[in-house]
Amino acid sequence: MNHKIIQTNNSPLQIVDVPTVNVDIIENALSNVREEMDAVLFRTAMSPGIREQGDCFPMIANKDGKMVVGQFGSFIHGFLEAYEGELEEGDVILTNDPYMTNAAVSHLPDWIVLVPIFRNGRHIAWSAMFGHMSDNGGMVPGSIPIKAESIFQEGIRIPPTKLYKKGVLQSSILDLILHNVRTPQWNRFDLNALVAACNTAAKRCVEIADRFGDDVFYSTMEIMLERNHVAMEAIIKMLIPEEPRTFVDYVCDDGVGMGPYKIQCKMWREGSRAIFDFEGTDPQAQSSINFYMSEDMFKMFFGSFTINLVDPQIIFNDGFYDLVDVRIPEGSLLKPRFPAALSGRTHALGRIFDVMGGLLGQGAPEAMNAAGFSDSPHLFYSGYDDKGEWFQLFQIGFGGIPGRPIGDGPDGHSLWPGFTNVPNEFIEAYFPLRIENYSTIIDSGGAGLHRGGNGLSVGYRFLNDGSIAIHDERWLTYPWGVNGGTTGQRSTKILERADGTREILPAKCDGIKVKKGDLLYFNTWGGGGWGDPYLRDTNDVLNDVKRELVSVEGAKRYGVVIIDNKVDEVKTAELRASLTEQRGETQLFDFGGTIEEIKARCFEETGLPAPETPRFIKSRT
Amino acid sequence: MSYRLGVDVGGTFTDLLLINEVNGETFTAKVPSTPEDSSVGVLNGIARICEQSGIDVSNIDRVMHGTTVATNAVLTGKGAKVGLITTKGYKQVLQVARSFCPGGLGGWVSFLKKPLLAPLELTIEADERIDASGQIIDALDEKSLRTELEKLKKTGEVEALTICFINSYLNATHEQRAKEVAAEIFTDIPISISTDLVPEMQEYERTETTIVNSYVRPEVARYVDNLSRSLMDKMGDDLHLSILRSDGGLASARSSAESPVNLLMSGPAGGVSGAIHFCQKAGFKDILTFDMGGTSTDVALIQNAKARVRRETRVADVTVRAPSVDVRTVGAGGGSIAFVPELTKALRVGPESAGAKPGPAAYMKGGTAPTVCDANVVLGYLPSDVQLGGAMAINKAAAVAAVKQVADPMGLSVEEAAEGILKIANEAMFGALRLVSVEQGFDPRDFALVGFGGAGPLHANALGILTQAWPTIIPPGPGVLCAYGDATTQVRDEASKTFVKLLEDTSKDELENVLNELQERASATLIADGIPQSNQEISFQADLRYTGQAFQLSVEFTLSDLQEKGLEGLKSQFDNEHTQLFTFALESGHEIIMLRAIATASGGELPMMPQGERANSLDDCKMADSQIYFEGKYYPTPIYDRNKMSTNLELSGPAIICEMDSTTVLLPGYKAQVDTVGNILINPEN
Repeated sequence: MNHKIIQTNNSPLQIVDVPTVNVDIIENALSNVREEMDAVLFRTAMSPGIREQGDCFPMIANKDGKMVVGQFGSFIHGFLEAYEGELEEGDVILTNDPYMTNAAVSHLPDWIVLVPIFRNGRHIAWSAMFGHMSDNGGMVPGSIPIKAESIFQEGIRIPPTKLYKKGVLQSSILDLILHNVRTPQWNRFDLNALVAACNTAAKRCVEIADRFGDDVFYSTMEIMLERNHVAMEAIIKMLIPEEPRTFVDYVCDDGVGMGPYKIQCKMWREGSRAIFDFEGTDPQAQSSINFYMSEDMFKMFFGSFTINLVDPQIIFNDGFYDLVDVRIPEGSLLKPRFPAALSGRTHALGRIFDVMGGLLGQGAPEAMNAAGFSDSPHLFYSGYDDKGEWFQLFQIGFGGIPGRPIGDGPDGHSLWPGFTNVPNEFIEAYFPLRIENYSTIIDSGGAGLHRGGNGLSVGYRFLNDGSIAIHDERWLTYPWGVNGGTTGQRSTKILERADGTREILPAKCDGIKVKKGDLLYFNTWGGGGWGDPYLRDTNDVLNDVKRELVSVEGAKRYGVVIIDNKVDEVKTAELRASLTEQRGETQLFDFGGTIEEIKARCFEETGLPAPETPRFIKSRT
Repeated sequence: MSYRLGVDVGGTFTDLLLINEVNGETFTAKVPSTPEDSSVGVLNGIARICEQSGIDVSNIDRVMHGTTVATNAVLTGKGAKVGLITTKGYKQVLQVARSFCPGGLGGWVSFLKKPLLAPLELTIEADERIDASGQIIDALDEKSLRTELEKLKKTGEVEALTICFINSYLNATHEQRAKEVAAEIFTDIPISISTDLVPEMQEYERTETTIVNSYVRPEVARYVDNLSRSLMDKMGDDLHLSILRSDGGLASARSSAESPVNLLMSGPAGGVSGAIHFCQKAGFKDILTFDMGGTSTDVALIQNAKARVRRETRVADVTVRAPSVDVRTVGAGGGSIAFVPELTKALRVGPESAGAKPGPAAYMKGGTAPTVCDANVVLGYLPSDVQLGGAMAINKAAAVAAVKQVADPMGLSVEEAAEGILKIANEAMFGALRLVSVEQGFDPRDFALVGFGGAGPLHANALGILTQAWPTIIPPGPGVLCAYGDATTQVRDEASKTFVKLLEDTSKDELENVLNELQERASATLIADGIPQSNQEISFQADLRYTGQAFQLSVEFTLSDLQEKGLEGLKSQFDNEHTQLFTFALESGHEIIMLRAIATASGGELPMMPQGERANSLDDCKMADSQIYFEGKYYPTPIYDRNKMSTNLELSGPAIICEMDSTTVLLPGYKAQVDTVGNILINPEN
């Protein structure tokens, strides 16, 4: 496929012997480059989403497009297949179209920059980075319209396009793109930062090749890929049974009244190959909750969750891809057909991690984590301020990390690499709102030998009229517990109007008008518990109570009776004995009931009507 | 005769340096540290150095001190029980922190959050609120605050109290009033408020910083009290005890004890100051320093004989907003352990360290795992066949056996494996040196490289090759350089204020007003320590950014700069630095975030250390003949005694140069020269 790359030096790179130590040195140097890419981006980007929350991902690939360092796997292969034009030194490619990159990015707000790296006229590697832009145009501020029925409603689609040609910025193209978004200044800076990060990586790769030679640089990347292959082969044999196992989890609803949507996966091993088959997953939705999942990305998720077991210092890469076979049915929620809407893909993407945990965990229950904060909930708040200037806030929510074999789940944290919350003082200084409450939700973590982390309650007082949009999950189905641990508490959104009325908002909604003085409680969900709660150290329970992370009443979920700030040992022993007897053997999973049961009590428990069973229409074939 | 004493208390050793303030003559000593009460070690050291030099202790007027007391309190979790008062709704500000789980995808699986430095059971909320413009929205409810404070007092557990309210950086009145109320109830413990310490935006960082201050405060105060009392007993009441702060300035013992959060990097700052001292005297103003110890290496970039100061200090996983010399730390030291993971067969070095106990295998103190130190022994860089003055006995057979553990699985000879270990350790340090140079837009070839610390001189030549920073310099007394640094720095203090305004929305006059106020505050500390205004130098800094950026740069200027060039001067200075770092600058949107005044005591330059009249030949200096292994082969190698080497003496590698507490390796193809200051300068042969 490299015929599309114009080199002035066409002599092929050679595979040569590289001493182990040099491999380790170059591996280390490449991993430093990746970190430097992040550093450059954070320092020069402008939108809070990228520079404060870290919603961006760097990558370096070998000349054949295989990711050598990075996090979410390579998309270059798919890109090169789709891209018609030629590439030369100094070109910088920009795209955001999942359908033209084999789902390298999975919705339009993620913009990818791709740079082919040359040394002495010869193509030696690639650098790439994607970042979540504050706005991509389309139906709603923030460009994640839940009600979108096709990708055309989700804003500007940028096919793989040369943003720079031979080092020259194509400013008319850039202007055209930015003309279509609500936050042109932020996007311009963030894009500039993505390019700077990729160019820095290119410079560093050339420096490494200067030092060791092109052939050594190229060969080392091959060896790094091979190392992953060897390690993953052993891991697959260790963790994946030959006998198939199946796990099912759900996306609660589609934002337009239907749900839940089923994600099903069957996993087994044939020789040294692992097979993940998503047959049984529901067809694509008519709203934007579809997640166009690249097979490679799923392989990456699988690999990065398991490879830490054998060599935590290894630089994770694409080297093992041929050992994993991922089968996703066409036209399903995970492989929707063009032009299905994709912007709200974050929920199904997050849920994939719970599915993987549940699959792997059945073979190794002691190593399994409970269901966690498997999503990235959003809040958008936008409008015109008192000076008549447009404001647009994009906030990511944080919640309870699940109980894990290693210990309790942290409260109000993030499962996503690099994500951090934005300081509230920063938000108050730059947006017309006040954050009146910022605390974790008592008793929201599932009970267990290791407690699930609590969800987070953020109270936003709006100081300007405007409109809000919410994207959240696990309001219907529960974050499940494992090995005897119980479910975490589900999410809720409550709007207290300045006029004294109170509304329960659905988990996914947009275009909600708010008035100055209205108060929104954005409550995320807690992590599931891990292990038998009746075996938890009573002192740990007491400490949680003293810290107001668990209530005196909530302590009874652990069979612990607390009176006057002390554990009542006698009553606790009695309660634990009777609860243990009532329960019997611990179960591998606690889902909080069947879907039918959960739906039946939905309105009573959540104040929201149960979603209708999804109806599917035949998608284009 | 008057003398000053530099004392550096490290984890393992306490180093002392005594300087004659008139003729520059120096004496050094090294004694074991006493972590239970570091002042004991200091006093032992003083007794030792006075005995060795024959100088009466009462002749010492000043003791200048670098200490890890604050750092260790954080590292060992042995600080005070801290109580916290937050704004209503923010009780869990530390529990949530920045919601960050370290590690890549799946990093959360193995992340364990450390206990909070101010536990939730000792945290209370105050009913008050200030908005983002500094206006009071809800007045402080003193009645309910008292009730809460009484409850907190009843726990009987609070040893230090911290107050941090939302948006207090814009309006400190509620914090100040809450402190007064709290002081009526907690009458005998230190109370810190965030606006005194870090009047800067970002509630979590400000809270954490103030808490760390409270956390280490009782321990540091106790130590400083003990030490000054014991010193005064011996040296008289006119003794000046000062402590080196993280930012490389000295502070009086009194003011250090009040804001000990500023001492967390005291140790590394001493090394950097010492390196600057010797290199500047030798005419090298742009240097890269690397201070290699047992478990880690600290590197820094020095431009124009001035260390860069950054507004953040990190100790293990605790990060605070306190200024410190911009030192980057990598987990590669002499004790770093090498291993080969079974599946990938890669060679890994660190981050596990054998530390002082059980230590490297060669030291025969129970360690058996191969370390960087053992690799140095295997290759002959750390000689085992001569008895060195005062050094620990080295067992080469034990080092070989240890390194063999990684050589066998890789199918390499012991020497090849040892070279591999060193290369990987060197690469880790090189990575840190790149971080402070290349990645900040500096070319290391424009700098000289300075290696010190126990293991630095062993690796300096190799790092010179990687960075191409020549000459590579080994200063005198590389093992006690921190004590030199302590003894040669100036008293300094600073005052800062958040001032968020676009440059176009402010004026020179408005700026000057704030700067004058800050100058008074910064100067006041020095005046209180007996340094009159006339002996102070004042400089200013503005933290600037393009509005909306997360990043900010400190631009340094004087009042006359501002008067001459106005705000345009700040703007162009910022643009230049921004371009250096990020390759671009913008036309508009320059925003000031913070203003700062820095007062430094002037004068007090020490005379040069006298160089002896020795004119020893190279042969006179030779201790033994040995051999080293380098790039696949053995070289016959002489071992020299550094103490006998006189000015201008030149030698060619390979050679090993030994002194009391450190060993310099000169590799084949490189030459070394002793300069007039006593530095060893290493350069390529051609």
